[in-house]
Amino acid sequence: MKLKLITATAAAIMAAAPAMAELVLPSLSYRTGPYAANGIPFADGYADYFTLLNERDGGIGGETIRMPECETGYNTEKGVECYEATRSEGDGALLYEPLSTGITYQLIPKVTADGIPMHTLGYGRTSAKNGKVFKWVFNYPANYWDGASIAITHILNENDGDISDKKIALVYHNSAYGKEPIRTLENLAEKHGYELMLLPVDHPGQEQKSQWLQIRRERPDNVIMWGWGVMNQVAIQEAVNIRYPMENFIGIWWSGSENDVKPAGKKADGYKALAFHNFGTDYPIYDDIQEYVVDAGKAAGAGDQIGTVLYNRGMYAAMLAAEAIKTAQEMAGTSKITRAQLRDGMENLEMTEEKMADLGLPNFGPEFKVTCENHGGNGYGAVSQWDAEAGEFELITDYYQSDQEVLAPLIEEDSMAYAEENDIELRCD
Amino acid sequence: MIYREAGDFKTSYQADSQTFPIKFDRYGYYLVLFAAFLVVPFVIDDYWVNSVFLPFLIYAIAAIGLNILVGYCGQVSLGTGGFMAVGAYACYKLMTAFPDVNIFFLVIVSGAITAVVGALFGLPSLRIKGFYLAVATLAAQFFLVWLFNRVPWFYNYSASGQISAPERTVFGVPVTGAETSAWAPYMFCLVFVFLSAIVARNLTRGSVGRKWMAIRDMDIAAEIIGVDPLKAKLSAFAVSSFFVGIAGALFFGVYLGAIEVGEAFGIDKSFLVLFMVIIGGLGSIFGSFAGAAFLVLLPVLLKNTLVGGLGWPTDLAAHLELVIVGALIIVFLVAEPHGIAQLWRVTKQKLRLWPFPH
Repeated sequence: MKLKLITATAAAIMAAAPAMAELVLPSLSYRTGPYAANGIPFADGYADYFTLLNERDGGIGGETIRMPECETGYNTEKGVECYEATRSEGDGALLYEPLSTGITYQLIPKVTADGIPMHTLGYGRTSAKNGKVFKWVFNYPANYWDGASIAITHILNENDGDISDKKIALVYHNSAYGKEPIRTLENLAEKHGYELMLLPVDHPGQEQKSQWLQIRRERPDNVIMWGWGVMNQVAIQEAVNIRYPMENFIGIWWSGSENDVKPAGKKADGYKALAFHNFGTDYPIYDDIQEYVVDAGKAAGAGDQIGTVLYNRGMYAAMLAAEAIKTAQEMAGTSKITRAQLRDGMENLEMTEEKMADLGLPNFGPEFKVTCENHGGNGYGAVSQWDAEAGEFELITDYYQSDQEVLAPLIEEDSMAYAEENDIELRCD
Repeated sequence: MIYREAGDFKTSYQADSQTFPIKFDRYGYYLVLFAAFLVVPFVIDDYWVNSVFLPFLIYAIAAIGLNILVGYCGQVSLGTGGFMAVGAYACYKLMTAFPDVNIFFLVIVSGAITAVVGALFGLPSLRIKGFYLAVATLAAQFFLVWLFNRVPWFYNYSASGQISAPERTVFGVPVTGAETSAWAPYMFCLVFVFLSAIVARNLTRGSVGRKWMAIRDMDIAAEIIGVDPLKAKLSAFAVSSFFVGIAGALFFGVYLGAIEVGEAFGIDKSFLVLFMVIIGGLGSIFGSFAGAAFLVLLPVLLKNTLVGGLGWPTDLAAHLELVIVGALIIVFLVAEPHGIAQLWRVTKQKLRLWPFPH
């Protein structure tokens, strides 16, 4: 208690202290509402990594990091409020990571007008990959359309390359987020000849009886899911209830955390989910997190999420942000970077295996490179599977690339439509 | 002593039947108008506009609209969210189809389209009342949201089903899109609020409003004295939906700029606006403002005190906010079931006699 009080006082003093030279990286988190179960671990991971950098290295390049947190509840109105509230904190917010596709759509025009970089790690607007149009928005290392393609490739590999007689169902959150993969899946259906079945689930997704009844009746060979929050748990439970074979059920990376499968118990064993980073705590960086963050009593939230899938993802997001800042600092030759310099840093970010190993995260994520034209990385992903006995997800494939042949024209088309609608001049030439 | 009409002589019928017959009140009203039009635009920044003023003004229009239906005509509606969605999507379709038309007129046309839809969904009110009507309007809510989600034409076939507002200007100043300066969207909404309040106030105290109130108080009696329930009920639905549609158009175009229908105009929105009307005061224009202010400003205020001021964790503050707002709603309704407007009326009565109440 005493310790808590002291940390609270220290935090209050730090918050009250005048703005020193520091890097302001707001966290628009959601620890309440129907999506909290997924929002909390991500927010904790994001916060803990920055705490670690502050405690261990004194920030990035000598500049301490300040992370004002703002609760959005996955609600776009509150998201706007949070953006406005944190935007001019300190010397101005450097980077946004909203963790909501809805809020991302809202913020794209705003960050573009204000000139603040935004990173949407594996979510958000897919066509933001086209850096020629979306100057300030980044969605590396992989996006939803990559995810859809990776899932289909996995099904292809399991069926010896022929799925022309298969029926694949997409159970999706009926929102901008869930609708993202539809066009890709339709185009891939044309290419590979499978039949696509669309089953929307309305927010927040607690009611899915009719969708799963339909799945039971029509018996699709595979079910792909685009769910988030409470929708994931309900869907997996319903799939268990109708005895759908779990190994034919593939979720997007946002539908593959412990919170989603645990409520269904042992029966959820074999459930698959996509991934663009690795799981578990078997990395050197966790020793540092234990030493500098947990043992120091500085862990974010309740501190009980460390090592979960979404915690790792939050940490990965923070790590990529930190690496982009380092790149920007090197390029600008100063530790005190501006938003535009950070954007240049993000555009020249290159994640290699050595770099990740140096950071204490060997074999954690795929290698990728961001360029001015390509804000979305290389689109590598893998498939993971839930092992209910061991209580953990495990990667069962290597990282492989999505079908760029199908995706590239789609991204070009969608981003160009946006450019035309909003009179955006193409850059990077 | 303060609200005395003594010495305030009226020499014409017009002067006698004005909205604020008491001088003190009238000057207060002018002062508020002066501040809203000529002081606030010069001092506000982006945070105040986007987190406080825009939601307050827009919800005030929606609450005025719903108040006409629920408070004045006595027809319970849970379809507000759906009707706001109609306004928003109408505005989006019009904005993209007629890029050269001034956004001001497009918002009004969106309101008119919503009025037609509202009147259509008001038809069941001719046969059913009370809870049953509430359920029928609930159907409107779900149907409209489903429709905008299901039919790609409404969102111009975009991949995500999101609609986003392109930049539009009024007198060369952008009011929608991201490049707006703080005062422009504020002024734009303020003009709509001002006009809506005046129109609503004058409708409700004229013959149309009296017919609505007759229907509300006892529909059979109203019919006997010659009020046509068909016209009265449908006009209430149409006028109410007109304002709600304008609120929806502004909510999408000016305030959020990009929305998806299920999230922005779900059933929560219907309840939120209904709560504004009930807490503010049924059958009162002032009540619509008070209710909107209560439910929009209080959460922002609480958040800023708890997180910004006291430095509490954000999740604790968010949960406490729900508890506090919920408790205050109960306290308010127990203390004064007729809402904040009635509290204000009682205060005025007391002030009139003060300091000699006996």
